[in-house]
Amino acid sequence: MASTFSVKRQTGFGTIALLCFVLLYVPIATLVVYSFNAGPSIAIWEGFSWRWYIAAWNNQQIVETSIRSFVIASIAAVVATTAATMAALATTRTRPYRGLNFIYGFINQPLMVPEIVTGIALLIFFALVKIWTGYTGLGYLIVAHTAFCIPFAYLPIRARLENMDLTLERAAADLYATPWMTFRKVTLPLLWPGIIAGLMLAFVVSLDDVVITELVKSGGQDTLPTYMLGQLRRVVTPEINAISSVFLLISIVIVTLFFFLNRKQT
Amino acid sequence: MHQDNPPLTRAAQVAAAADRQEIRNRWFLASPALFIIFFAAIGPLFIVLVFSFLTPADYGGVVWKPSGQAWFQVLFEKDIFDDTTTFADAHLSILWRSVKLSFFTTLIALAFGFPTAYFISTRPEKSRDIWLFLITIPFWTNLLIRTFAVQEVIRNEGIFNTVLMKLGIISSPIQIMFTDVAIMLGMLYVYLPLMVLPLYASMEKLDFRLVEAGYDLYANRFQVLRRVIIPLVKPGIIAGSILVFIPSLGAYVTPRVLGGGKNMMLGNLIELQFGQGRNWPLGAALSITLMAIVMIALMIYVRSAGRSEVRHG
Repeated sequence: MASTFSVKRQTGFGTIALLCFVLLYVPIATLVVYSFNAGPSIAIWEGFSWRWYIAAWNNQQIVETSIRSFVIASIAAVVATTAATMAALATTRTRPYRGLNFIYGFINQPLMVPEIVTGIALLIFFALVKIWTGYTGLGYLIVAHTAFCIPFAYLPIRARLENMDLTLERAAADLYATPWMTFRKVTLPLLWPGIIAGLMLAFVVSLDDVVITELVKSGGQDTLPTYMLGQLRRVVTPEINAISSVFLLISIVIVTLFFFLNRKQT
Repeated sequence: MHQDNPPLTRAAQVAAAADRQEIRNRWFLASPALFIIFFAAIGPLFIVLVFSFLTPADYGGVVWKPSGQAWFQVLFEKDIFDDTTTFADAHLSILWRSVKLSFFTTLIALAFGFPTAYFISTRPEKSRDIWLFLITIPFWTNLLIRTFAVQEVIRNEGIFNTVLMKLGIISSPIQIMFTDVAIMLGMLYVYLPLMVLPLYASMEKLDFRLVEAGYDLYANRFQVLRRVIIPLVKPGIIAGSILVFIPSLGAYVTPRVLGGGKNMMLGNLIELQFGQGRNWPLGAALSITLMAIVMIALMIYVRSAGRSEVRHG
């Protein structure tokens, strides 16, 4: 065994890689462990308890901001995924046409501009809109989230479409299906896994956003992440660890689903 | 259109009309996404540009009177007593810190990310997905939570200091929180997956027959790495570096939590102008400055990517 020469081996790379994985998970693990601390400190371990989870559950503000986060993420993800699906259909499986690169660039733009700049731009723009219309509701946050969710929803849908076999749709057309019927009966069922994947990514991205929300929100419109950001300035109790752990669990569940969804297709 | 083209046949005309219809349909399909992004991402950027040339109002907002004051303030300041002009040291040092920390973050992320991506891409096909999955999980976890997790580790009472003290290596905790090092460690932790993923994407396609050819020609492992592997995965290195450098440059949450009030980065300076600073035009001008640096970084990378393709393609 030892005598076989592997062309793939590079000295030390395995060690660095494993170190990298350890370093990625140590902070998260610490965070989760201390969420079960019986004491009020995030430094001294005083035994296991669910105390801080119960405290978070009973904290009116946490419940309120969580619900707000979910409402915004749900609406933004659905709208963004719908728009992204249409855009993906418009930009795949075609020979290049004039404006195609323009559409690509446009859709990926939110990924290129630093979040803080987008946040500031929306803060200014929405301040003007507020003066013109007088509307101060959650709509601003939902619109902002929808915009930056579109590229995330677009990527998996586009990837799925590009791998899809065109012959099935041609066969449907040969059998006198109208374009709409072909879309509904052939394209859409094949595209579903991509759409669901896009929807989940958009949802997680919206749920995780801090910077743009922090800048766009009006008074009393805190989402869970911006509420937590505010709390970090004060003395931190394991309550924050408890919320973070739940948040973590949600992200892991969604990403795991996404992972298996993508795995099936290959 | 050339003059000497033969006149279009009927069939060609029908095909051309169908083609135009097809393209119209495609634009129609793309329009909702384009509209939303224009309305809530691109369009407002132009308003920022306009605002950077206006006069600040006393309590935030602007007075609609053109002024170049904000752009002047980005780099210079006037002494309030004798009206002399000097460089705005505070702004310059924040700008320098942003560029410096982003650069080192990118470099260290590459040093860790490259071997990690290589490690994953050389695993057996089946277990690769699992390793990749382990990289992806932290990436999709809330950025604030990850920053907070880093804080837990590097605090004076955190496990890093506790472990070192228990081992007797240090007698009193090392102050890492609220320093530039803390910000850099935080950004490194938060953006590392962004380095690994594109690197992996290009290493996955690596043709190991070329590596083998290198060994056949008596290259040692380091030479193979430097002369064969690195040139082949250069697009991944470039993509990963952009993906880490750009968000680092505009980082807001990580410096705010780990750097405290004093160690600001550009993102925090911009936000300050819309909060306590109440100088919207200056904030707008700083935003445009940040965008410009990002664009320059992008252009440099696109150019070097183009060059490397010519050389090795």
